[in-house]
Amino acid sequence: MTRISTAFAKPHPALVCFVTAGDGPTAAILDVLVAGGADVIELGMPFTDPMADGPAIQAANLRSLGAGTTTADIFALATGFRARHPATPLVLMGYANPMVRRGAEWFAAHCAAAGVDGVICVDIPPEEDDALGPALRAKGIAPIRLATPTSDAARLPTILDGSAGFVYYVSVAGITGKQQAAQGSIDEAVARLKAATDLPVAVGFGVRTPEQAAAIARVADGVVVGSAIVELVGEHGDSAPGKVREYVSALANAVHSARKVPA
Amino acid sequence: MNAPNSFRNQPDERGHFGQFGGRYVAETLMPLILELDREYRAAKQDPAFAAEFDDLLEHYVGRPSPLYYAPRLTEALREGAPAGKGAQIWFKRDELNHTGAHKINNCVGQILLAIRMGKTRIIAETGAGQHGVATATVAARFGLPCVIYMGARDVERQSPNVFRMKLLGAQVIPVESGARTLKDAMNEALRDWVANVHDTFYIIGTAAGPHPYPELVRDFQSVIGREAREQMLKRTGRLPDVLVAAIGGGSNAIGLFHPFLDDAEVKMLGVEAAGHGLDLQHAASLAGGAPGVLHGNKTYLLQDEDGQIAEAHSISAGLDYPGIGPEHAWLRDVGRVEYTSVTDVEALDAFQLLCRTEGIIPALEPAHAIAAVAKLAPTMDRDAIILANLCGRGDKDIFTVAEALGAQL
Ligand SMILES: Cc1ncc(COP(=O)(O)O)c(C=O)c1O
Repeated sequence: MTRISTAFAKPHPALVCFVTAGDGPTAAILDVLVAGGADVIELGMPFTDPMADGPAIQAANLRSLGAGTTTADIFALATGFRARHPATPLVLMGYANPMVRRGAEWFAAHCAAAGVDGVICVDIPPEEDDALGPALRAKGIAPIRLATPTSDAARLPTILDGSAGFVYYVSVAGITGKQQAAQGSIDEAVARLKAATDLPVAVGFGVRTPEQAAAIARVADGVVVGSAIVELVGEHGDSAPGKVREYVSALANAVHSARKVPA
Repeated sequence: MNAPNSFRNQPDERGHFGQFGGRYVAETLMPLILELDREYRAAKQDPAFAAEFDDLLEHYVGRPSPLYYAPRLTEALREGAPAGKGAQIWFKRDELNHTGAHKINNCVGQILLAIRMGKTRIIAETGAGQHGVATATVAARFGLPCVIYMGARDVERQSPNVFRMKLLGAQVIPVESGARTLKDAMNEALRDWVANVHDTFYIIGTAAGPHPYPELVRDFQSVIGREAREQMLKRTGRLPDVLVAAIGGGSNAIGLFHPFLDDAEVKMLGVEAAGHGLDLQHAASLAGGAPGVLHGNKTYLLQDEDGQIAEAHSISAGLDYPGIGPEHAWLRDVGRVEYTSVTDVEALDAFQLLCRTEGIIPALEPAHAIAAVAKLAPTMDRDAIILANLCGRGDKDIFTVAEALGAQL
């Protein structure tokens, strides 16, 4: 069992939380995500040109880079996290260029050394897997792929072939932090994905409230929340950890108990 | 590196030009990119598609554009040349096209593809506004709604083109992120596209982006080189010695170069924007960049050691981009095309030189090519022929030039 598969094997659905590395007091924020009940952490690697992100995560990327965050800083954050939280899976999420800049092998080796469990690269589709996938697999790091509303039956096998860790279902065709998908379309998509793979399926994009998260957790193996947390960090800066903890606890309660039958 | 048998059969079926190119896009876009590829292959085989494209280029765009020998520029450059030196300078006059630049060639081709695919909404990014104007033009011609993303800084420095786009019925959205120029406009256009894949066609304005864009933009722009090759043979009985073109993303350059790539005797020179100078802020991604991934393709990019993209600078909004089309990246690495760069100041001088010697006001983009010609011609024999791509006219730039020269309008 890997850290990721263990997290998804818990007796309840998983809460997956995203924050941008280097935006605000990241180490403290990561700690409160775990304390608040997050089961998997996605640590965003800031990029100058986050083409798939909406205003909230764009702004977080700029704040982080403006504060001078480097790739070395991100690996230092990951290394520190792993020392403090030996069991919680940590996934790096970002864009291709910062990942391949020094070579895919370099990046994969540093992920492994820092205790990173998986990598989500927004702009490396299966067609360009060579650019990063083989290097990650060689180091035992899971290349986590995205499926979207445009991934039809013909496309799914291409996505799933070579995927590991979990499948991230992006529930809206669009950028992060915008509208939420209709629950009916999520139910249908998750059913389709689960019929096609044994990997856990986590659903994200546009999830904000504990109620939305609970509705998704009734059908999916995990729920991803990103922009809403990033907005709290943007708003509260150094004092964000307390607010984030409160918010994540509410999400975790909702997600973890989503499938319990009310007494 | 071994020279390939032909330089004209790139990319491979995955859209790779050697290590460059490819399809580095979000998964949401992949099915559409694959469909575009299939549709483009089918259109290429369809004589009706070619016939409609050719007809529009002739009767709407005004092709073929003239091939022009520039006698007074040639003479002016001979004045400072050593005895017996000073090549003849010829121009391919794509600035005479409808809308004033080469950009329209590509837009005509892409809107025909959009219609073929049943798309009902058009989006585009623009830097100088020439591609935005050309896109708004074809959208009006075919009655499709059109949204143009333009960096807020470019909106300021290219205001005549902003008004043109609006007259043509397009909605112009100023982009406030980043340096507020072309790169940021492209990010925003991609964000629109992922949210509207079902009905929207993205008309990319240069020979870059995810496969098949670099290939199809090149193919549509290759009309420039095909015409020029035929015209030059007819007028002089031979091929030019050197081709020169300015490079933003590289579409006018690849359009001129591609039909000549297997003519071994024809040398080629691509001219990047050196902005304030290569040791300061510039837009010369081959001269000052390294391979990386941005906007759907792998190519040379201006970036730091962590892969963060640098802000480019050029006085020419159309060249102000930190990347370059992947085919140029490949052509440079295999050594078939040479690349150089020209500063803002040199381009401004060349701009004025062409105005005074030939009565042609060039756009600031081809002014970079002319500056390179001005350096090159005096080193070549008098019977040598330089053919430069005069890919745009300068009406849009008069405010920028006035400001740079300290003139009050
Ligand atoms: C007249 C003109 N030339 C050149 C360019 C640069 O683009 P490309 O390198 O694709 O030809 C532009 C871009 O806006 C332009 O307007």
